[in-house]
Amino acid sequence: MNFRLLKDKILSKLMLVFTLASVSLLLVIGIGLYYKSVPIIQRLGWTELITTSVWKPLKGLFGFFPFIMGTLWVTAIAIIIALPLCLLTALYIVEYAPARIKRILTPFVNLLSGIPPVIFGVWGVLFIIPLIQANIAPHFVEFSTGYSVLAGGIVLAVMIFPLIVSIISEVLRTIPQELKDASLALGATKWETIKKVILRKALPGIVAATVLAISRAFGETIAVLMVCGNNAVVPHSVFDTGYPLPALIANNYGEMLSIPSYDSALMFAALLLFIIILLFNIISRVILARLERRLAA
Amino acid sequence: MTKTPHISVQHLDVHIGAQHILKDININIPDKKVTSIIGPSGCGKTTLLKSFNRLWDNTADVKITGKVLVDGEDIYAPDAEVTHIRKKMGLLSQRPYPLPMSIYDNVAYGPRIHGIRKKQVLDQLVEEQLKATGLWNEVKDRLNASATRLSIGQQQRLCLARGLAVGPEIILGDESTSALDPVSTAIIEDLFISLKEKYSIVLVTHILRQARRVSDYIIFVYMGKIIEFGPTEEVLLNPKEELTKEYVKGYIS
Repeated sequence: MNFRLLKDKILSKLMLVFTLASVSLLLVIGIGLYYKSVPIIQRLGWTELITTSVWKPLKGLFGFFPFIMGTLWVTAIAIIIALPLCLLTALYIVEYAPARIKRILTPFVNLLSGIPPVIFGVWGVLFIIPLIQANIAPHFVEFSTGYSVLAGGIVLAVMIFPLIVSIISEVLRTIPQELKDASLALGATKWETIKKVILRKALPGIVAATVLAISRAFGETIAVLMVCGNNAVVPHSVFDTGYPLPALIANNYGEMLSIPSYDSALMFAALLLFIIILLFNIISRVILARLERRLAA
Repeated sequence: MTKTPHISVQHLDVHIGAQHILKDININIPDKKVTSIIGPSGCGKTTLLKSFNRLWDNTADVKITGKVLVDGEDIYAPDAEVTHIRKKMGLLSQRPYPLPMSIYDNVAYGPRIHGIRKKQVLDQLVEEQLKATGLWNEVKDRLNASATRLSIGQQQRLCLARGLAVGPEIILGDESTSALDPVSTAIIEDLFISLKEKYSIVLVTHILRQARRVSDYIIFVYMGKIIEFGPTEEVLLNPKEELTKEYVKGYIS
């Protein structure tokens, strides 16, 4: 056989193997986590683990509901704050900014994503927490230390900001100038064009960016851990403390072997996080596919 | 000409970056006629057309000096408001770009922007313009289907209907048939001929046969300058300028 053709064949097979290997990693992690969580699942059962709120490891009580809610609260607050800001920023960068400003702004936004999470955490503790404690919370509740799911949400929003901005910018850049011209030529203003044509065309991309950002936000650990208060209670307002799953794992990993079932419980926390992210991704893929079909129809 | 023409260009110069694309353009576009701008690729035909409705506004590095008067108003004056100028002109680009919405909404888009809300009025406008572009019978049962489902020729007619729905006086066509098959091309050409009763039409084309078929006047542009302007038969069959002669014969392309 011709050596060139052989090389081509071998390489393509090799790439397939590597691709499969990285994909199967997902499966391996899932199975690994499940295997490690089996003891606690067998002892307490899924329903009790997920739906109860009492967390007393020393007494053998492991209710994960507060942690699940903590994760959801922080992530939801983050995306609610970040998405509108990101959308407007991306629109400004792509549609309005003069070339010179564009050249300066884009690296700055990307720089944000290069800052280590722990620095965001410190910034949260030094700046956001006093701000919430002294200036925001007093308008709404009697007392707050500032350590809250709101603080976690704000810090997280800043952290996912560059990711969302860069994806949405990319999506906006793919919209042909001629399509914008078509709207402008009818006498539409720029804002009308953005609202009715550009955003509609970019919607699937915006949803995809949001999905990616949420997946990232779910797993963000250290910065969130520093500002959330880490109290195993279900939050009922944005000023309540929260305890997201990643923070639980990171905080207690060192001592997990000192209490019976604790190691298994923490592995279960990881499994829960894994499942939440997986489910979320599957659901959003379905929504995205529907959206694209509807826009094409 | 006694009355002011819809479009009058005076001493127009366009630079894009370091390139001098259009050089001292002076022209009055005849009203209620089809005028074709012809010339070799890169001579500035499209630049000239786009300067009529300020579509260069959003492009960086474009410098425009001189005047384009639309109904006597200098559209490049510092205080000129662009949306009402663009409303006076329907644009038909090289390829159809239907807006990402239904057939109905595509046509209703312009009128809605300009303040028409009543469903009855919109319904009537949509039907009128789809009939004017010969699409009505083809789409009347699926007005709510996405415009991207239409064939490319139908899409181009939809884009024309969309442009007409805002009640323009002028239609600008930028090689509007270059992406279409011969049948669709013929339909669009016939539309231009029938629409000139109501509209002043300016077309950019590189197809001389098309220019001859549809236009009353021809502007020949070469290297950013207007070389010759006159009635179609005169420019194509009996050109005065040497450059026009060569282009028409096919020496320059």
